[in-house]
Amino acid sequence: MVSDPVNPEAEGRKKLSNKERMKIPRHPMPEQDPLARAQNFLEVPLGYTPQMAVEEAERCIQCKNPKCMEGCPVNVKIPQFIFHVALGNFELAAQKLKETNALPAVCGRVCPQEEQCEAVCTIGGKVEPVAIGRLERFVADWERASGKVSLPTLPPSTGKKIAVIGAGPAGLTCAGDLAKLGHSVTIFEALHKPGGVLVYGIPEFRLPKQIVDAEVDYLKKIGVRIECDFVVGMTRTIDELMSEDGFDAVFIGTGAGLPYFMGIPGENLNGVYSANEFLTRVNLMKGFEFPNHSDTPVPMAKHVAVIGGGNTAMDAARTALRLPWTEKAYIVYRRSHVEMPARKEEIHHGEQEGIEFLLLTNPTRFLGANGWLNGMECQKMELGEPDASGRRKPVPIAGSEFTLEVEAAIVATGNGSNPLINKTTPGLASNKYGNIIADETGKTSREGVWAGGDIVIGAATVIKAMGAGKKAAAAIHDYVMSKK
Amino acid sequence: MYPILEKNDLAAKVYRYVIEAPAVVKKARAGQFVILRLCEDGERIPITLADWDIARGTITLYVQAVGKTTTMMSMMKAGDSLLDVVGPFGIPSHVEKGKTFVAVGGGFGIAAIHPIVRAHKQIGNKTISIIGSRSKELLIMEDEMRAISDEVRIATDDGSYGTKGFVTTILQSMLEKKEPMDVVLAIGPVVMMKAVSDLTKPYGVQTLVSLNPIMMDGTGMCGACRVIVGDKMKFACVDGPEFDGHMVDFPLLTARQKMYSPQEKISMEIFNKICQAQEHRETAAW
Repeated sequence: MVSDPVNPEAEGRKKLSNKERMKIPRHPMPEQDPLARAQNFLEVPLGYTPQMAVEEAERCIQCKNPKCMEGCPVNVKIPQFIFHVALGNFELAAQKLKETNALPAVCGRVCPQEEQCEAVCTIGGKVEPVAIGRLERFVADWERASGKVSLPTLPPSTGKKIAVIGAGPAGLTCAGDLAKLGHSVTIFEALHKPGGVLVYGIPEFRLPKQIVDAEVDYLKKIGVRIECDFVVGMTRTIDELMSEDGFDAVFIGTGAGLPYFMGIPGENLNGVYSANEFLTRVNLMKGFEFPNHSDTPVPMAKHVAVIGGGNTAMDAARTALRLPWTEKAYIVYRRSHVEMPARKEEIHHGEQEGIEFLLLTNPTRFLGANGWLNGMECQKMELGEPDASGRRKPVPIAGSEFTLEVEAAIVATGNGSNPLINKTTPGLASNKYGNIIADETGKTSREGVWAGGDIVIGAATVIKAMGAGKKAAAAIHDYVMSKK
Repeated sequence: MYPILEKNDLAAKVYRYVIEAPAVVKKARAGQFVILRLCEDGERIPITLADWDIARGTITLYVQAVGKTTTMMSMMKAGDSLLDVVGPFGIPSHVEKGKTFVAVGGGFGIAAIHPIVRAHKQIGNKTISIIGSRSKELLIMEDEMRAISDEVRIATDDGSYGTKGFVTTILQSMLEKKEPMDVVLAIGPVVMMKAVSDLTKPYGVQTLVSLNPIMMDGTGMCGACRVIVGDKMKFACVDGPEFDGHMVDFPLLTARQKMYSPQEKISMEIFNKICQAQEHRETAAW
């Protein structure tokens, strides 16, 4: 463990007053040019240079009561890692980050920092908050590029076997923490590649897959076994894992993999896709390289509408626009700009790249000829009284129907929980939405079985799933160590 | 990696593969399928299990070479390996004692009915298998089907073997003669499954069909395999693959199977060109 700085000022950091620190402007993130990047799948933000990182790190006033840490679902020791960055000790910064965060290169890219650590940054009240996410990304990238990825010293083996179901953010985090405690951990993954939503959902231009691969490699290096092509519920049940295969505890991190459709006419026409199908084809199956370097076909449509206003909708629209044959991509969302659940940064990037936003617009019918989609009937909406979610409820405007000409429509209106595990695990309690019922540590109604991430709370964020995986790992550790 | 232990060239681009897949075998049941991927750039394709051997840890698949992936697979040999084999997927066939079970298999659909007929036979049900092909030399698995069926009836389009006509010709005469049957299962091309379902409906005979829509993950995650059964949306991978043939929207299934036809054509053309160039090079080198 890297020692925490006792007195930051005394340990060689630049002597600046808090006022002076706050005068340093927040470093913008260098990005690929919007028009160029709309034609490629390379990452959009380019990352800080070491100089930018050091300068940005100097903006942190090293609060005695760092609120940023409380704002982080995995409680990254933010002031401490930033302190090391300010001194140029990137290796120490990386070690500090990894004490609590198994996937910093991922979090630095996809976490909604503006709602978490950066939202509560002390200087954020007066000036722009410290760019914590960008610094996290910088440190993780620096470590990977340097080849100096340090492996923790592992304690002696406890002899306990733990099964983790699903190699997504929750499962990878849980597995990493348990391996570091000396347990023998096996992750079972249904797809042919580990990463879960990080590989099938989030596109390459937002999270390059080599970063996920590197994080997975790190887990393998600390002893985590990963069995792909293994569908728990079908290939093996949880009961079999525990009673026949000798696993002492199980963590379920299977995510929210059940696409919702809209129940409107025409949605089974060829050309209407779930966001899961579209994104999996392009991301996991590399369909953007069809037909030369991938055998998985993707929709070849000139005009694409994506229905929804969340991050998945943004990912789908921006992905569609990057396909060489797509000329126009629309976001069709029934509420207004402010209600969109997507991150502001994603919306902004989409706007820059040329996505057309049809807000206060709701599809009512998919239109087609000979089984193929050729348009979408929409109606305009206005906002009424707030509904159960606290957001103003969209109300249709009579007579406002119009037709949008599209050959592909991608439904990104959310995901339910996948029932495969629930159906095959007797006694595992779930709620009416099919989410597994778990307490704050992830403990379920079944002895020795924990769950966390989207399968418990419904579709949410990568970092929340990681937080759940972390809490469950601690509880599983206590459980298996107290068991005789 | 999943090694191919045996490969046989049967008929009309239909091949039999025995593949080592020990994890799949442990849980394999009649009516289920696997998803496989040949190589790193490969697509995921679902194939119904034709047989499995618990002792050897192998599964047996029959694959017809029609698109790029299945054609590539037809070029693989015993000793080569598939990159991924995952499963078993789908709800196993419901097998209940005391039924007369009629299975209808067309073309390489015969492979898919094989384990289901066997499961019925094993619990003591009377099993009648109606199998068919375009002509005698294209008929597969006749011996295997005879071994597990109380009766095997054969139809060929050209009359070169068994009854001249389709499998439905035989089924129709059985229905007309009021031969006893409790459950009919049809697996094969969509037109055949629809024809069987249309035929049995007026007689009120329970009819099951095993659907084969486009599929990707097999776990209910992508919704590509959605079908309409009795006005309800179902995912064939997790809710099926077997459904009540009298309730299935077959025209929709036919349309959805063509979802990627233009892309499949492009893929196949490029592949053929590569193969031709390869052949040309080999000939030149010779």
